[in-house]
Amino acid sequence: MKFMQPEKKFVFYGMILLAGLLWIGASAIPSSASTTQEISAPQTGFLAPDFSLTTLDNQPVRLSELRGKVILLNLWASWCPPCKAEMPALERTYQAYKDQGLVVLAVNSTIQDTRSAAQTFMEANQLTFPVPLDTQGEVTRLYRVQSLPTTFFIGPDGMIREVVIGGPMSEALLRSRVENLLKEVR
Amino acid sequence: MLPVLQLGPLALQLPGLLILLGIWMGLSLAEKFAIKRHFPVESLYNLVFSALTVGLVGARLGSLLQAPQAFWASPLSLFSLNPALLDPISGVAAGLAASLWYGKRNHLPGWATLDALTPLLAMGMLGLALAHIASGQAYGAVTSLPWSIELWGARRHPSQFYELAAATLILLSLGRRSQQADAAAGSLFAIFVALTAGLRLFLEAFRGDSTLLPGGIRSAQVLAWLALAAALVLLHKLESSARPPEARLKGN
Repeated sequence: MKFMQPEKKFVFYGMILLAGLLWIGASAIPSSASTTQEISAPQTGFLAPDFSLTTLDNQPVRLSELRGKVILLNLWASWCPPCKAEMPALERTYQAYKDQGLVVLAVNSTIQDTRSAAQTFMEANQLTFPVPLDTQGEVTRLYRVQSLPTTFFIGPDGMIREVVIGGPMSEALLRSRVENLLKEVR
Repeated sequence: MLPVLQLGPLALQLPGLLILLGIWMGLSLAEKFAIKRHFPVESLYNLVFSALTVGLVGARLGSLLQAPQAFWASPLSLFSLNPALLDPISGVAAGLAASLWYGKRNHLPGWATLDALTPLLAMGMLGLALAHIASGQAYGAVTSLPWSIELWGARRHPSQFYELAAATLILLSLGRRSQQADAAAGSLFAIFVALTAGLRLFLEAFRGDSTLLPGGIRSAQVLAWLALAAALVLLHKLESSARPPEARLKGN
C-alpha cells in the first residue's frame, strides 16, 4: 500500500471498517437457528453422550437419568498412577458436595483393567463414590478417551462444561468447577 | 485431532506443547529481527521472560481470586501443575503489566519494542492454530461444503485450518514488510494487529463456538472490529508522522 496517497489510504481504511461492520451483521446467527446443543459429543459445549453401565455394587447407572444434577465423570484405571493420585481429592470433593447435588461417576475403564483390581483399590483407599464398570469399552470409545485419567464436568442441563485430560487434578480445581456448576442447581 | 501424545508411559499434552513450540520459534525469529533493527536482544529476552513469569503467577492468582474458598480448603493446590487452574485473562493482564514495568524501567522505546515483539506474537498465533487442530477446540460451524470435516458429531467448516492459513499468511506478510528498513517504528506491530483482527473478524463467521451478544452478533467479531479500527488509526498516524515535513505541507 506504499503506492497509495495518505488521503486515499484514509478512505480505504474507512471502507475496510465499513465492510467489517456489514460482515458482522451478515454473519449474525438468527435466533431461530439451531445450535450445537442437540448434538452429543465429548467436547465442551456439547451434550454429554449418554451411556448405561453397571457399578461395582451391581447398580445400574444411566447418565441421562441424572439430568438436573452436576456430574463429575472421571475415567480411570487402577494401574494408572495419576488416576490413583487424584482419587483422594475426588473423594473429599464428593463428600463435601454430594448433598448439594453433585454426582461423581468414576467410570473404571475395565476394558483395560480388571474388576477385582478396581474393587481392591476402592476398598484400600476407602473411596465411596459409585464406580461404573466399562467392561466393553463403550464409554472409553464414546468419550474418545486417549489418555487416563480424563474428566468431564457436566452441568445440570447435561452439557459438558469442561474437559480435563490428564492428572492428577488438584482439589481446588475440582472444588472450583463443582461450586460454579452447583450455583445453577441452587 | 491428537490432544495427547503418548510416548511410552509419558502422556504429553500436545496443544500446550505446540503453543510452547510457537513461543520458542517466535523468540528466535524475534531475536533475528531485533539484531537487524539494532534492538538490544538481551532486553528483548528479559522482557519476554518477565512477562511469561509474572503472567504465569498472575494466572494462578486470578484463579485463586475467582474461587478463594476452593483454595482455602486445599491451600497446596496453589502450587499444583494443573494448567486448568490458570486464568488466561488474569495471566495476560499480569504479563502486560510486567512488560510495561520492565520497558519503562529500562527506558525501552515503546514502538520499536512492540515491533521487536511482533515476530514472537505472529509465531505464537501459528502455535495457537496448531494447538486448536490438535485439541479440536475452536471448531467450525456445521456445513455441507465439499471441504467440510467430520468433527464433534457433524460435518463442519475446518475452522482450525482456516486459522492456520490466516496465521501463515500474516507471518509471510510480516516477513516481507520487515525487510523495509525505512518503515515507521510501530508500523510492523500495527500491521500485525490489523491483519490478525481483520482475519479474525472474517473467519469468526465460520466458527461454531462463538459467544453471542443480543441479536446473534458474535462478540469476538465486535472485539476484532474495535482492534482493527484502533490498529488502522494507529497505522495512519504512524505513516503520517513518518512522512517528511515538506510532503505533509503539500499533502501528498
